Amino acid sequence: MMMNSMKSQFNVNRGTVIDGKWHQNRYLIEKELGYGANGVVYLAKFRNQHVALKMSDNGISVTSEVNVLKSFSKVQGSPLGPSLLDVDDWKTQGKVISFYVMEYIQGPDLLSFIKQKGDSWTAVLILQLLSDLDKLHKAGWVFGDLKPENLIVTGPPPKIRCIDVGGTTIQGRAIKEFTEFYDRGYWGLGSRKADPTYDLFAVAMILINCAYPSRFNKDAGGLEQLKERVKQSKQLQPYESVILHALQGKYHSALEMRQSLIENMQGSTGQQQTRMQKHTKPAQQAHATAPLKQQKKKKKGGVAETLMLILLISCLYFFYIYGQVI
Amino acid sequence: MRTGTLKQILLITDGCSNQGEDPIAMAALAKEQGITVNVIGVMENDVIDDQGMQEIEGMAMSGGGVSQVVYAKQLSQTVQMVTRKAMTQTLQGVVNRELSQILGNRQTVEDLPPDKRGEVMEVVDELGETVELEVLILVDTSASMKQKLPTVKEALFDLSLSLNARSGQNRFSLFVFPGKKNDVEKMLDWTPKLESLTSIFSKLTTGGTTPTGPAIREALTYFKKKKSLRSLLSRDDDEFYEESI
Repeated sequence: MMMNSMKSQFNVNRGTVIDGKWHQNRYLIEKELGYGANGVVYLAKFRNQHVALKMSDNGISVTSEVNVLKSFSKVQGSPLGPSLLDVDDWKTQGKVISFYVMEYIQGPDLLSFIKQKGDSWTAVLILQLLSDLDKLHKAGWVFGDLKPENLIVTGPPPKIRCIDVGGTTIQGRAIKEFTEFYDRGYWGLGSRKADPTYDLFAVAMILINCAYPSRFNKDAGGLEQLKERVKQSKQLQPYESVILHALQGKYHSALEMRQSLIENMQGSTGQQQTRMQKHTKPAQQAHATAPLKQQKKKKKGGVAETLMLILLISCLYFFYIYGQVI
Repeated sequence: MRTGTLKQILLITDGCSNQGEDPIAMAALAKEQGITVNVIGVMENDVIDDQGMQEIEGMAMSGGGVSQVVYAKQLSQTVQMVTRKAMTQTLQGVVNRELSQILGNRQTVEDLPPDKRGEVMEVVDELGETVELEVLILVDTSASMKQKLPTVKEALFDLSLSLNARSGQNRFSLFVFPGKKNDVEKMLDWTPKLESLTSIFSKLTTGGTTPTGPAIREALTYFKKKKSLRSLLSRDDDEFYEESI
């Protein structure tokens, strides 16, 4: 069997009608949206609504992706992936082609969006991504093939979504699909076992990718090369510590990385202000809980004081009584 | 649960065979013995000609495996993808056979309604994660491969990284052809760790003919020897599939 890239594998043009064999739904193809190793995605119309239809001559990968999409729908409040609308077969020219239909997620991919709207959106979108990833991780999955091409920004208001779930893997298993640049195994920084830190590594690489849109190859490899690249980029300065932490797998959850990113952003806005403010602002924000603690201490001190007084007075009273008795 | 073993030959080459038996026939012979043949063609500055392409596709087709022709740069990604894809394909085949026994009329997964397929796929996924895997890597070391060997080494490293992330056992062995004296030469005996091949690659010399057919035939006997030894201790692998699914 030869695995070509799937382009031009199916003779599907604008206007082709796809008839489902099992559910008898009719889809009218409008154009090709993209293709990958596992199939071609088309924009189609169904009951006057736009949908995305993915077709593959490999029924296995269709079923496998449908499984993932189904379990995505069970993750509450996580609209990270597209919702699944239909799964069916299409009989054409004596062949049976499996396909599935999902919600059409429209918008530019992550890098084009940031290029268009400015760098200030980077942190916002990464924060959105991290909270969605957290929900996915809590449901026992790892996304696997995280990369800017798979991330679409819809809106307004801008919201990050994932379009390719082919790499999504149950935690503890081997990652199903990955892209070298975003894979920690490639950089020699960890295994390909699916755990939350695998995704967080990819998020860090996406941040690096924002500063180096054309990516770069591994040379000496490892952490040193990545560190060097992060240091060289002015754009990455505010995220430096977060990126390095994530690259080394030091964050245990997406939420932890998210929190760290928020704190970092606040720290970096402080740096841009005057020296006086710089001293007061981060202190106030980072230690928002500090005044509370001091108050508690005071309260504790008050109790001790009262006790001491009572003790002292009762001591004196004791001596007084003692003297009286004698 | 005792799991059976999947057996694969991974052939990495950059051109046509020019000596000995027809490699496509030898790949078919492998398939008859339950061994899948995957073939990867590597190009760098040269291009694999039509005849070479046909041979590569032919070997994978008759060997029941997967083939792909790539530039050296993409080799790592390809090697692990081809191996995994072939695993899924084999497991799917096994599951299909079971299904047609249960359902009759040569029914396969594709004949089930899409909703039911998901459950079958979960079984295949689960098996792919836990099944034992033996990969015999067969590397072409004819003169034109000289430049590509460092990339091959890296790709094999990457392969062990991918496969060792599974919970199932892996065993690898490495053979090169042509060998110093014979058509094929063993460089690394069955081992779960491919990391040990670093030192081997620096010692490799390239040159000579491309006896792809004889190399596959030789490689088969190596599986066999091992199997006959193991079969004294364990049950036949096919039996497992009938019982476990």
